[in-house]
Amino acid sequence: MARARDVVLSALLLFVGRPRPPRVRRGDYERIIPERPPDAGGELLAIALFAASALCAIAFVAFYALDRLPNQTQLLGGSLGLSFCFLAAGLIVTGRRVIVTEQLEHDYPAEEHREDQETVARIVEESGDRVTRRRFFKLALFGAGGALGVALITPAASLGPFLDVDPFYATPWRRGRRLVDESGRPYRADDIEVADFYTAFPEGADEENIASPVVLVRLAKDQLALPAALARYPADGIVGYSKICTHAGCALSLYRTPLFSPVEPGPALVCPCHYSTFNVADGGTVEFGPAGRKLPMLPLAIDRHGYLRAAGNFDEPVGPSWWGVRDRKPTS
Amino acid sequence: MTLRRIGPLALLLCCLLAPPAAAPAGGGVVQQGKALYGQYCLSCHGANGRGISQAGKRRIGAGPLRRQAVQVGLGPSLRGVGALAADFYLTTGYMPLQHVGVQPRRSRVLLTNGEIRSLVAYVASLGSGPPIPEPQPQRGSLSQGMQLFTDHCAGCHQIAARGGYVTGAVPPPLQDATPVQIAEAVRVGPYVMPAFSAKAISDAQLDSIIRYVDYTKHPDNRGGWAIGDVGPVPEGLVAWLIGLTALIAVCVVIGERLKQDG
Repeated sequence: MARARDVVLSALLLFVGRPRPPRVRRGDYERIIPERPPDAGGELLAIALFAASALCAIAFVAFYALDRLPNQTQLLGGSLGLSFCFLAAGLIVTGRRVIVTEQLEHDYPAEEHREDQETVARIVEESGDRVTRRRFFKLALFGAGGALGVALITPAASLGPFLDVDPFYATPWRRGRRLVDESGRPYRADDIEVADFYTAFPEGADEENIASPVVLVRLAKDQLALPAALARYPADGIVGYSKICTHAGCALSLYRTPLFSPVEPGPALVCPCHYSTFNVADGGTVEFGPAGRKLPMLPLAIDRHGYLRAAGNFDEPVGPSWWGVRDRKPTS
Repeated sequence: MTLRRIGPLALLLCCLLAPPAAAPAGGGVVQQGKALYGQYCLSCHGANGRGISQAGKRRIGAGPLRRQAVQVGLGPSLRGVGALAADFYLTTGYMPLQHVGVQPRRSRVLLTNGEIRSLVAYVASLGSGPPIPEPQPQRGSLSQGMQLFTDHCAGCHQIAARGGYVTGAVPPPLQDATPVQIAEAVRVGPYVMPAFSAKAISDAQLDSIIRYVDYTKHPDNRGGWAIGDVGPVPEGLVAWLIGLTALIAVCVVIGERLKQDG
């Protein structure tokens, strides 16, 4: 919070407290640009357009913040596009009707810089003559620009969660929970055959939860090469991994299982989005691709009736990684 | 022509066409297959289809000046794989493989149909294995086939069955696969493909899947232009190409008009 306050204060100082440029005093010189009567209508129109642009940009931020809107994409695109259109229209009106436009050609001698500067300052000063509500106009213009700027940086809010991360560690898995298929039928250990792969969910939990889906595969005993910490995770050669890729959260839908191990690539789950490849024999380490951490592994057990049950929670948090993902272990 | 005359002729024709059908019974075909096996398959699959799973260099020749080594092939055991797997690998041209370690790809079949039948009969005689399946895709349901294909196959082969990519292997396009080959591949799981038992995909479901794959060979393109049926990347490329060209054309026109005005 202290840092945020410092940033705000220094920004205020920067914008409010900066020295004003020397004003050219009116009446000292002869005008360069002929005087024109103020165009109150054009000015109001430009202000209205800038206001509309600012409104649309604010609407973009609002649409972005109010997730769960129907057709959100269209609303976002529409509001941002309209904001730009209004801004462009406002600038066109300003250029055509508010600012005195006069093309002047002068061959400025290269040495007379000082005078040039003054002339330019005067041109700028005088070309704004028609503007009567000067401050109001400035406010509208900067309002539109500022609101658009805020709208453009709003999506950065989605770059990563950092305040409320507890839900990301929560999973529906806990010791003893049965594994069921998508129709709710519990899996028996002997349903799982070698060289095929199965998607399982926790019994009675929300299937839509990102931590719910699990991939089950059966490996031959001699294929398994798990580190000591995970040695007790498989049940009778069956291993379970989260189905969600740790890179961008796609569902792992490709299973690579060699028919003849000596010459073929080893068993792995592959993500269809960016081809992150997770070795299923050694605990889900990343073999290839952009994923930055191993696939979470679910400890399994077989109960007295032959049904597959979870023997605990995942060894790692599920889903795409975020800042601080390694800080904690998943919770039930 | 009377029946009496047709009789012997028909018998002769039957004899000419029959051998393949009678193959498993007769030992001649198996013997012929064994000879072919020695010629094409032995170096990798080993004697009597036992398979070679340990790679090693075998020295041939003797004496200090004649020390040569050959890389012995590597290959899985063929005992119990049955006629199903042999028929799949031979009719697709997956086998004989050019060299050990590469993914078998669909290629020109160098063996004649007769030779393939003999080899299949020989491999089938090595152990009890599944016979060549007889899928009935006309009995399957196209919509169910599409659902099943989405669940089990589209992850790698893409929904339009145009093939795809897995790290370390290339799932092939299925445009040239015959119904029998599809049925065989699902059960075998060639190379790194998962194998699906009748428990995972029943024969009736397999019929539906084959019907859907047959449909993807000539899909109904609502949009009019399929662009290879390979999904959004080429479609996006085309859109960019056409869209960008149009935008540049507009810019050029505006520029020209400004030049004329000025």
